Amino acid sequence: MSALIKLEDVSKGYADAVALYPTNLSLEPGKTTVLIGPSGCGKSTLLRIIIRLIEPDSGSIEFGGTPVTCDNINGLRRRIGYVIQEGGLFPHLTAGANVLLMARHIGKSEGEMHKRLQELSKLTRFSENLLPRYPAELSGGQRQRVSLMRALMLSPELLLLDEPLGALDPLVRASLQKDLKDIFAGLGQTVVFVTHDLAEAVYFADNIVLMNEGRIVQKGTIGDLRERPADPFVSEFINAQRSIANL
Amino acid sequence: MKSIRKGGTQDTIESGIQEPKSQHLRSGSVLGSWFSNFLLILSCLPAFLINSSSAEDVVIGSKKFTESYVLGEIAKRTLADAGIPAEHRQGMGGTIILWEALRGAHVDAYPEYTGTIATEILKSDSALSLNQIRISLEKLGVGMTAPLGFNNTYALVMRRSEAQRLGIRTISDLQRYPELKFGLTHEFLERQDGWQPLRQRYALPQQNIIGIDHALGYTALANGSIAVKDAYSTDAKIEQNDLFVLKDDLQFFPKYEAVFLFRSSMRADAIAALRRLEGSMDQTRMIRLNAEAEQTKNYARAADLYFNSGAALAPAPSGHSGRPYIGDSFPHKLARWTLRHLQLAGFSLLLAIILGIPLGIVASRGGAVGHVILGFASVVQTIPSLALLALLVPLPFFGISIRTAIAALFLYGLLPIVRNTATGLQDIPRSLRESAVALGLSAVARLWQIYLPMASRSILAGIKTSAVINIGTATLAALIGAGGLGEPIISGLNLNDHVTILEGAIPAAVLALLVQWCFDLLDRVLIPKGLRI
Repeated sequence: MSALIKLEDVSKGYADAVALYPTNLSLEPGKTTVLIGPSGCGKSTLLRIIIRLIEPDSGSIEFGGTPVTCDNINGLRRRIGYVIQEGGLFPHLTAGANVLLMARHIGKSEGEMHKRLQELSKLTRFSENLLPRYPAELSGGQRQRVSLMRALMLSPELLLLDEPLGALDPLVRASLQKDLKDIFAGLGQTVVFVTHDLAEAVYFADNIVLMNEGRIVQKGTIGDLRERPADPFVSEFINAQRSIANL
Repeated sequence: MKSIRKGGTQDTIESGIQEPKSQHLRSGSVLGSWFSNFLLILSCLPAFLINSSSAEDVVIGSKKFTESYVLGEIAKRTLADAGIPAEHRQGMGGTIILWEALRGAHVDAYPEYTGTIATEILKSDSALSLNQIRISLEKLGVGMTAPLGFNNTYALVMRRSEAQRLGIRTISDLQRYPELKFGLTHEFLERQDGWQPLRQRYALPQQNIIGIDHALGYTALANGSIAVKDAYSTDAKIEQNDLFVLKDDLQFFPKYEAVFLFRSSMRADAIAALRRLEGSMDQTRMIRLNAEAEQTKNYARAADLYFNSGAALAPAPSGHSGRPYIGDSFPHKLARWTLRHLQLAGFSLLLAIILGIPLGIVASRGGAVGHVILGFASVVQTIPSLALLALLVPLPFFGISIRTAIAALFLYGLLPIVRNTATGLQDIPRSLRESAVALGLSAVARLWQIYLPMASRSILAGIKTSAVINIGTATLAALIGAGGLGEPIISGLNLNDHVTILEGAIPAAVLALLVQWCFDLLDRVLIPKGLRI
């Protein structure tokens, strides 16, 4: 199966440090890939390079076989959904207006938008009654559901999530984890999910990409990482998280 | 008279414009009420750009003190009696402003003094004869009448009782009393023919010299805070306050013969009419007219006195003279001042918004351009308003007009809007900026739908600040004859007349409060509800 997105020798450095050494990565359609690693390992940088919030210093990116350039990136962004930890909702727009923002921008019909909004409310289990509310009037979990609706509005081929559940309390987090997984499975969605939590990674991932200090250390399933660690760091990382989980 | 040197210091500029013997402004404003509704400001833009007065009227200017007002009014009435339509733009600040206005054909004639012409306009170091002055002016396209008949020069004055007690009659006598305290106008302290050369000529030993406003100086003299001050020889206050004029025994002060300056290209019948004023006013007569103007606070009535008392003036061709002047009622004046004030502040604010927000957007991106924009706006804010007016007046397109006042107010209104726009945009969290980018919104849509609405509170706060600043600063427009509530404030300051000051100051304060209140209402409409939760 051909890759939906393909990064070749992509790197990014800043004046005082390298954020990402030249890196290769391919994502298969319909799979959930989790980028995991300690803080500052480059996982968010990698995600933000995919949607071009960060301009890479070198390398090339292909999306659905098309090389990504400055000229076509805005069109491609509409085929990618993006959710961040705090939701990234615009405070001056209602939940509904946030969700519909892009659809309105590209001139979708009101009927079509309304229908899609209903679908998404059901899918994300977000009450339609809450759509006229402003982000400040919603709970953290509700905001993340709205943010997910916004990301899914245009039925994107790729969904990028940057620690989407990181700021939520454990109970809300657990219920959202389950809903998210069901949604991804139901849609056959291609997902890149960034987290630093191994349990979450295991729960979501078809493929885990473990990163450290600007490099991909190992790609594979959790079984691969456990049984065949590529590096002492892999075992160290897995054991550290497991020991906390076993307390 | 005594006016500012071009390129003088801030102090000189201020002293030049705050001419002492100012007077209540009574009659129709400079530009008339050519638009009646503040909301029509935009549609009236072309009127600003073309011209603000009828092209055919002869425009008489006057400086910001009683005698100049009275002379200006007399000239206007003389022209009117000769069947020549004339307009009087009164109280237009100091010499620099009127001279530039004359050169730029914004005014056709104004009263001036030979001493001022020699030292301030022609910048001559030595005394010039009338003929020398006339020849020099002709080269500049400016004509001069013969002297009107009185010499209004500087003088030093004391309370009559004190002068008698100390036995002081001449300026030389002051040498014997080194402890006397002098209160001199700022302008006199700075002038080329003022305090420094006077002190040298007479070898005056006094060290206790303070700079004081002219009108306040009379109060200080009356209550003994100062013993000696500078005055003008036709000043009505000399009689009113029972002051004694010290004899200029070494003949230090140059002659300040009153004349009219006019553009050489002014219509011949108007020149002829002005010439009829030559030699028609002696010193006593001028003091009386000044006293009448100051007592009644109505210079037009003083001009009546000139015509009614059978002046040395040939009967006017139209056969009537001295038609009594009827002043505007207070509500009418207040409406006129307020309307003009709103026009000045409103129009300049509109320009500041139209230009300030885009500049703020550019500045929010930082970099060299952003620094230049914010730096420029900040520097403008540090220029004293009087100096800014004086700098703008000589420029083509500006001159003595409402345009200049609006341009100055616009420049002052710029900084709060530019800075608040830039800050408001910079304060948008990075995560939200990135969300807007990641969604695939175009740059224009990001700006209009996301960034500007999110910064709206800050931008509106900047506009509100500008509006209140402009309401306050618009009072200065009166200095260049652009009207507004500054008319009574500045007249009152110069007259030391609190009632007149309050006639302008209270409405200006009320206006500022109303504007503040309107903007608070506007906040509720313009700031998105989601940002107010």
